Amino acid sequence: MLKDLTLPLWEYRGFILASVQREFMIRYRSSVLGSLWSFLNPLAMILVYTVIFSQIMQAKLPGVENGLAYSIYLCAGILTWGLHSEILSRSVNIFVENANMIKKLSFPKISLPAIVVLSSLTNFGIIFGIFVGFLLISGNVPHWPVLALPLLMILQVMFAASLGLILGLLNVFFRDVGQFVGIVLQFWFWFTPIVYPLSIVPETMQDWIQFNPMTPLMTAYQGIFVLNQWPDWGSLLPLFIISLLTALAGLSLFRKLSPEMVDEL
Amino acid sequence: MASISVKNLGKAYKQYPSPLARIKDWVHPGGGPRHHLQWVLRNVSFEVGEGETVGLAGANGAGKSTLLKMIVGILKPTEGEIIRTGRVAALLELGMGFHPEFTGRQNLFMAGQIIGMTVDEIQERMAEIEAFAEIGEAIDHPIRTYSSGMQVRLAFSLATAKRPDLLIVDEALSVGDAYFQHKSFDRIQRFRRDGTTLLIVSHNRFAIQSICDRAILLDKGSIAMQGPSEPVLDYYHALMADKEAVSIRQQVLENGQVQTISGTGEVTLEGIRLIRADGNSVSAVNVGEPVRLELKAEVRANVHELTLGFMIKDRFGQPVYGINTFSVNKTSPIYQRRVKGHCHFDFCMNLGKGNYSIAFCLSES
Repeated sequence: MLKDLTLPLWEYRGFILASVQREFMIRYRSSVLGSLWSFLNPLAMILVYTVIFSQIMQAKLPGVENGLAYSIYLCAGILTWGLHSEILSRSVNIFVENANMIKKLSFPKISLPAIVVLSSLTNFGIIFGIFVGFLLISGNVPHWPVLALPLLMILQVMFAASLGLILGLLNVFFRDVGQFVGIVLQFWFWFTPIVYPLSIVPETMQDWIQFNPMTPLMTAYQGIFVLNQWPDWGSLLPLFIISLLTALAGLSLFRKLSPEMVDEL
Repeated sequence: MASISVKNLGKAYKQYPSPLARIKDWVHPGGGPRHHLQWVLRNVSFEVGEGETVGLAGANGAGKSTLLKMIVGILKPTEGEIIRTGRVAALLELGMGFHPEFTGRQNLFMAGQIIGMTVDEIQERMAEIEAFAEIGEAIDHPIRTYSSGMQVRLAFSLATAKRPDLLIVDEALSVGDAYFQHKSFDRIQRFRRDGTTLLIVSHNRFAIQSICDRAILLDKGSIAMQGPSEPVLDYYHALMADKEAVSIRQQVLENGQVQTISGTGEVTLEGIRLIRADGNSVSAVNVGEPVRLELKAEVRANVHELTLGFMIKDRFGQPVYGINTFSVNKTSPIYQRRVKGHCHFDFCMNLGKGNYSIAFCLSES
């Protein structure tokens, strides 16, 4: 099953990569500064978080001495969540948006979500690179636990991509899904310890937030950058299992629905 | 080399009374029928052999596009099967995958990859694509500055840059001005000579009859007729006037040609003769020879002002000469039913050498 989905991805890699590149270029087309904007925007965001929270509001993270700790905490969470939310919110509309192409051309439809994932990863790469640059300059050089990052990323992307695939498929048949995802992402963001540390939440709420599969992932990212801590792999096991199941469900749903999808679009 | 074999093909769209019914259907598939199937194509079987050129005709909504999309692989058949061999190129919609903000050249790479070409292949053929499209320096300008004709030229040049084993052409797409139309038609003809199997959808009789070995007529989702182009197209034209096909008859004449007769039957044509000056009835005459065309008709219902006409068509079905009694102010007065009569036209056969067919028409003015 995996083979007849991944083989077309490989055969159409040229198309996929070119689409990712094109998407990137479209964004900065006919602007004087061009792709410089892709650096300026995230840079501004990181500056705002650091300057406002560490200098103006003097926000401190409980139990951490470093004055920049909260800013780093915030960036570690918001940037990675940004990737999660970009993949989901774009995947959900990917088939609907490309209805015309799907109805008129014969090409592997699975390449569309692949384009979303790669293009989101590109954006994330840029913004995250700036963040790392900021860490180096401000003297908060990450330690060895940063090596856990690729594994965490793989886990995160697998989860977001498969969930996005399912939502994108469902959205073709029930357009409510697209609307719904926007709302859910809002709640999900605030229901995950990104802006606030888990410890400041009332005990009863903490248990609930722990059920959120994104909580251990965000905690792991924040741990790496703020506390120089290796992730607690055990806490990530549920997310790993959920991701595997979602991926399996997503791919089998795709196989089942992709012929019917063309009829419906 | 490519061939297509279509067996008992059918396509139906599921129609749910409400979105909720679809959810129920998914959750509990065995729980009785919650949707009904809207068949757009059914019981379609035909073969297209290697190197053959086949025309597909039919009115709007007859299922032509659905059939093509299934052959190309965009749509999945609901029943039956399609066996297809060889590399296929489809000219169904030109310019898919073009983005207005990018230059023609950049778009060629993108659109080329969607239709399964590699960057190297596109690179290799770039010069030739440019030359064929003849859009000059515009190739390096953004597509948004192109006229629609230029876009189509570029798209056609790309889609046909590599000779496919099977080419599917929806003739409804116009390929720009007369010059480029001619040029693209030539290219398709060349592919055909080089062994490409062609499947052409067209409303244009000339297009089908001039290059197709055979034609398939689709009507209301099934094959109404298939065979040599001329009788199939005659039938198609008769079908347009008589949608239920109640009055259409086709019969094979002594010389092997097929005669198609249709109409209300209020007046019927009883006999046709082409007569030479010496009074002999013939089927071949010399170029420029004076001839008489005689029609015998029987009036079977009361008719006012009967007009008789005829049209000579070349082997592609293009009318080359025609005239009727109305245009020469010779319309007949009121006829009572059960009258037999005849009418003749005298003229010189000022046509070039070739095979022609004649169509007759009797109508109330």
